[in-house]
Amino acid sequence: MMVRSKLFGFIAAVALATSAAAQQPLKIGFIGELSGPQGALGQDQYDAFMLVVERNGGKLGGVPMEIIKEDTQLKPEVANQVIDKLIEKDKVPIIAGVTFSNVFMAVYKKVVDSKVFIISSNAGPSPIAGAQCSPYAFLVNNQNDERAEVVGKYAADKGYKRVYAMAPNYQAGKDFIAGFKRFYKQPLIEEVYTPLNQLDFQAELAQLAAAKPDAVYAFYPGGLGIQFVRQWRQSGLADKLPLLTSSTVDGITLPALQEAALGVIHGSPWSPELDFPENRRFVAEFEKKYNRVPSEYAATSYDSALLLDSAIAKVKGNVANKEAFRAALKAADFRSVRGKFRFNHNQAPIQDFYAFVVVKNPQGRYTYQELAKPLPDHADSYASQCPMK
Amino acid sequence: MTWELLLVQSLNGLQYGVLLFLLAAGLTLVLGIMNFVNLAHASLYMMGAYLGAAAFAKTGSFLVAGAAAVLGTLAIGLIVERTTLLAFYARDHLDQVLATFGLILFFNELVRVIWGAQSVYMRPPQGFTGTVDLLGATYPSYRFLVIVAGLAVALALYVLIHHTRVGMLIRAGASNPRMVSVLGVNIRLLNSLLFGLSAALAGLSGLMAAPILAVQPGMGDNVLIVVLVVIVIGGIGSIRGAFFGALIVGVVDTVGRTYLPLILRQVAERSVADAAGPALASMLIFIFMAAVLALRPQGLFPARR
Repeated sequence: MMVRSKLFGFIAAVALATSAAAQQPLKIGFIGELSGPQGALGQDQYDAFMLVVERNGGKLGGVPMEIIKEDTQLKPEVANQVIDKLIEKDKVPIIAGVTFSNVFMAVYKKVVDSKVFIISSNAGPSPIAGAQCSPYAFLVNNQNDERAEVVGKYAADKGYKRVYAMAPNYQAGKDFIAGFKRFYKQPLIEEVYTPLNQLDFQAELAQLAAAKPDAVYAFYPGGLGIQFVRQWRQSGLADKLPLLTSSTVDGITLPALQEAALGVIHGSPWSPELDFPENRRFVAEFEKKYNRVPSEYAATSYDSALLLDSAIAKVKGNVANKEAFRAALKAADFRSVRGKFRFNHNQAPIQDFYAFVVVKNPQGRYTYQELAKPLPDHADSYASQCPMK
Repeated sequence: MTWELLLVQSLNGLQYGVLLFLLAAGLTLVLGIMNFVNLAHASLYMMGAYLGAAAFAKTGSFLVAGAAAVLGTLAIGLIVERTTLLAFYARDHLDQVLATFGLILFFNELVRVIWGAQSVYMRPPQGFTGTVDLLGATYPSYRFLVIVAGLAVALALYVLIHHTRVGMLIRAGASNPRMVSVLGVNIRLLNSLLFGLSAALAGLSGLMAAPILAVQPGMGDNVLIVVLVVIVIGGIGSIRGAFFGALIVGVVDTVGRTYLPLILRQVAERSVADAAGPALASMLIFIFMAAVLALRPQGLFPARR
């Protein structure tokens, strides 16, 4: 009896040792804006990603993970140093996270030229969806313009005739208004671009009120959005005109805006209220663990972790076989918090886009309610420029 | 273009001007009378906004927030003056610029440590969240409150400067500081008093701006440049100059921002006008300042000597 149990222990020990040798942790680099005024975005992305990793006992696809977190500080030059370190020193085969498009563009060529997979859970710049697409790049969120396109379609469906548009005077501001027009398909009565550092919009809002529009389209991301919506409310326009937005009211700004955002409409592929089993589970687990409502940045990052989980399991941890791993990622064989989700040939998603309105729910919390689904099963407008099959 | 719109835009210019005046009044006194360049004025404005927003979030009372902002910045101003700036009064302007610029960095980092890098948002006080009707035009009631309060402070300053003994000394100090000290006035005490007053006005300005703008580290840095423009236009050391200079800058900036792109469209193609309009509008006050400097280098309303 003694001998047998000793022998058994020996075998178990050997088995454990060999499995430990086989299970070298797989390294994933996680980059994002984790400090400064936009730090909340990257933090939500990271927390949601780690929610999946920690729930699976530190594993994705059954393989132990080592997540190397790096702050890109919203500075392209810092991002470049971070990417050099991740690729050359840590030798990561996969990079996840990615918050801002300008940071993504700055590091993109180096990453895909090194044949490192980059899974962006937020930024979706048009060149990467279009002409510069790469087998190593996957966009899990959406192409940036799509959040504007859905609102343009919504405005067209509602029959608004006189739409007035406002955005900050920089590339993204122009891209969003162009995206809106692509699906609104009528001329706007006015397009106003304010300097990017301008925080007071009262004078522009007075001009806007005098133009007597049917509806207003605005794109003011982050802190600018809080400013814009608060002043919109203070100017009394909120009671008179529908405010259609993209990336202006989101999970990060809504807690600061509260009742000031009531009635504001925005276009997005996700809301914490979407009734899919995986979404209910995600929102409940995220709230329990971090004690706050997840934002869209968290939701898409959670999806990116599920995507990696499914793909790594498919190749049994052998991500060195790049062709097989790419096919496994492209299959998108996971249950998304956004319901239907698949990759287009340019490796950007095809998914449903909704119009949401900010409401106060019966629990007294400010959240978004689905108004319409103007663009079901929507693919981005740049895919045709991507030569990949 | 209706006259209601013109009225609203004029009020917007006035409201911006009034906020600028509260900042410019203190800065111009310190610069004109103490001959001291205080860039840290921007930090006192920021501290006023932070202290007011924090007190308002805690108590919900705008009066408590006002007391916290004004008394808090008064205290900070006096402490900074006694401990740091006193040593720089006799030094040249470049040393003063470097020292007070250092203070800006210090305060920006301090608020980041205490309140974080994220912006803080303050609500308007109860009863001032909606709009008021003025002769058929709709105007945000909080901004109207800012105009009324700012004009009231301007009136109080006028009485203080022109009809009190302290005001007389301040005016005398502006005209001839050496003569004032020779006459046996405690110029050191007068300096501290002035610096405290200047700090409290900056704090009040920060508090009033807080419900309109985002309270964030470095929020005073941009506005400081505009305030310096106001002082140059109005004339250094002149409260009257600060008042009219601030109103002129407020109106020129607001009206320029809204009408310049529209005017440009009459003469240029729309895409060109849309690109050039906002850029030109943001330069307008600097062009105006350059014109004033060229034609009247002492400012439009200089202190009487």
